[in-house]
Amino acid sequence: MRDLVKKFGAVVAANDINVDISKGEIVGIIGANGAGKTCFVNMVTGYLPPTAGSIKFEGEELVGLETRKITHAGISRSFQVSQVFHSMTVGENLMIALAIANNRALDALSLMDTPELRSKLDNVLNRYKLNAQKDITVSALAQGVRKLLDIAMAVVSKPRILLLDEPTSGISVEEKFDFMDIVMGALKEDGVTVLFVEHDMEIVARYVSRVLAFYQGEIIADMPPKKALADKKVQEFVIGKEHHKKKK
Amino acid sequence: MFNDKTSKFLLVAGLLLILGGAFAPNWIVNQFMFGFSRALAILGLMVLWRTGLVSFGHAFYFGLGAYAVAILDIKLGVTDVFLRLIAGALVAGTAGFLVGFIMRNYRDIFFAMLNTAISMVLFGIVVKTEALGSTDGFAISMSTILGVSPETKYPLFVIITLVGMVSAILVNYYLKTTFGKLTTAIRDNEIRVEYLGFSVAHAIHLKYSISAILAGGAGALMAMSLGQVDPESMINWTVSGELVFITILSGPGNVIAPFIGSLVFEVLRTYAFELAPQAWQLIMGATFLTIIFFIPGGIWSVLEKIGGKKNDK
Repeated sequence: MRDLVKKFGAVVAANDINVDISKGEIVGIIGANGAGKTCFVNMVTGYLPPTAGSIKFEGEELVGLETRKITHAGISRSFQVSQVFHSMTVGENLMIALAIANNRALDALSLMDTPELRSKLDNVLNRYKLNAQKDITVSALAQGVRKLLDIAMAVVSKPRILLLDEPTSGISVEEKFDFMDIVMGALKEDGVTVLFVEHDMEIVARYVSRVLAFYQGEIIADMPPKKALADKKVQEFVIGKEHHKKKK
Repeated sequence: MFNDKTSKFLLVAGLLLILGGAFAPNWIVNQFMFGFSRALAILGLMVLWRTGLVSFGHAFYFGLGAYAVAILDIKLGVTDVFLRLIAGALVAGTAGFLVGFIMRNYRDIFFAMLNTAISMVLFGIVVKTEALGSTDGFAISMSTILGVSPETKYPLFVIITLVGMVSAILVNYYLKTTFGKLTTAIRDNEIRVEYLGFSVAHAIHLKYSISAILAGGAGALMAMSLGQVDPESMINWTVSGELVFITILSGPGNVIAPFIGSLVFEVLRTYAFELAPQAWQLIMGATFLTIIFFIPGGIWSVLEKIGGKKNDK
């Protein structure tokens, strides 16, 4: 990403963002509310067009591309509020995701329910430990399972980069690590580059290899997690001094 | 395509109806012809409804199909039932494809009312144009079948039943494809569909075009059944309202539902008119309210419940 800027009138949500992400990295995006984290994810995935700047992935310019074209390019995402099909079961949600990933254009006029897709569905259900919920309608599911489904749906298109927007929000403290173990375990198997927005510093410290700390639309720190969490700027503007004192 | 329960039922029911029609009195055959003609348009509206879209203007396509038959008859002397049907579906489908470029960008009340607006533009043009028959419309000559002039309406009934059966089987197949399954997915969450890599606009455009083809075919068959087209009974907004009424009456649960719903509507309207010629709309309105309050899933949901109970026993 080069010289990325996003303005909403007088409000600058992203200012002069310059960052390179290498293949296979697990990057944590941290920052206080309104720091520009979700805005960053939205720009990369085409939900928001940047006011200025460039986003390139494997040489291809992504700015100006429609969201689905960005998905085709190999970038996928999950959402802070899980975006799934509420009136369908977990199995049906994943079948649609698999069908779209496998049957683009006119192939979409072939039958969806095939033995090949069923076998792929079983594989995804196993990897994301969603077997028990396969036939349950999404509206009846707990928040954590919906989040897991949201991520599983984003992954079936085999993206090379996956952006997760606050994957553990709305999940109880006891369940957070189990949840992240399932997700990160499956993603590591696939060798996906992952960028995830997170408020929980314990999650960040445990799973990421690099931290991008946002403050008022700018990246104020870009370093390994241990160093970032000890950084004065990060402590003051992201974690908060009180948190730092408590830890001491 | 023919391997599931619905398709098998449609094949058997269609053939039984064709056999039964040979012995049925004319008034019953007429009811089935009108009902099944309209059911084609309901099939299309059902596809849209499953996507979360309701059109209050599909009389536009119904009317285009009907007027295509009338104009072909009057200007070119085309009387063949198949040419008339294809022309009606083709004209409406082409219009639907072109209008679809606009409609695919709108949702909810805007989608519903834009369709109404377009249908009322056509209504206005036809009413004010002498060459299109103005308010009187046109009488249509009896349809021929591959050059043969039938003496009764039974052959037309057979064709309408077969067209309905084949259309329902095709729509049933479509609903099982990835495109078809996207109907509910789009209704639930357009953002996720886009992020999965599928264009919602393209999917809606296709569904809209399919619904226009079906409504055009319905209009063509209705024009041939009635032997008459006029703007009031083919294009007016009340026709669009009737189509939506029958869609809700039928329920979106299965492709068989539009055929049952359309028949119930025909019978209901006929008897309501006979029972209370001055207040038949009151009976129709009361029926509509009853459905919305007590069976929002339409007739099909009641049949499903009955079927479910039988299976439980």
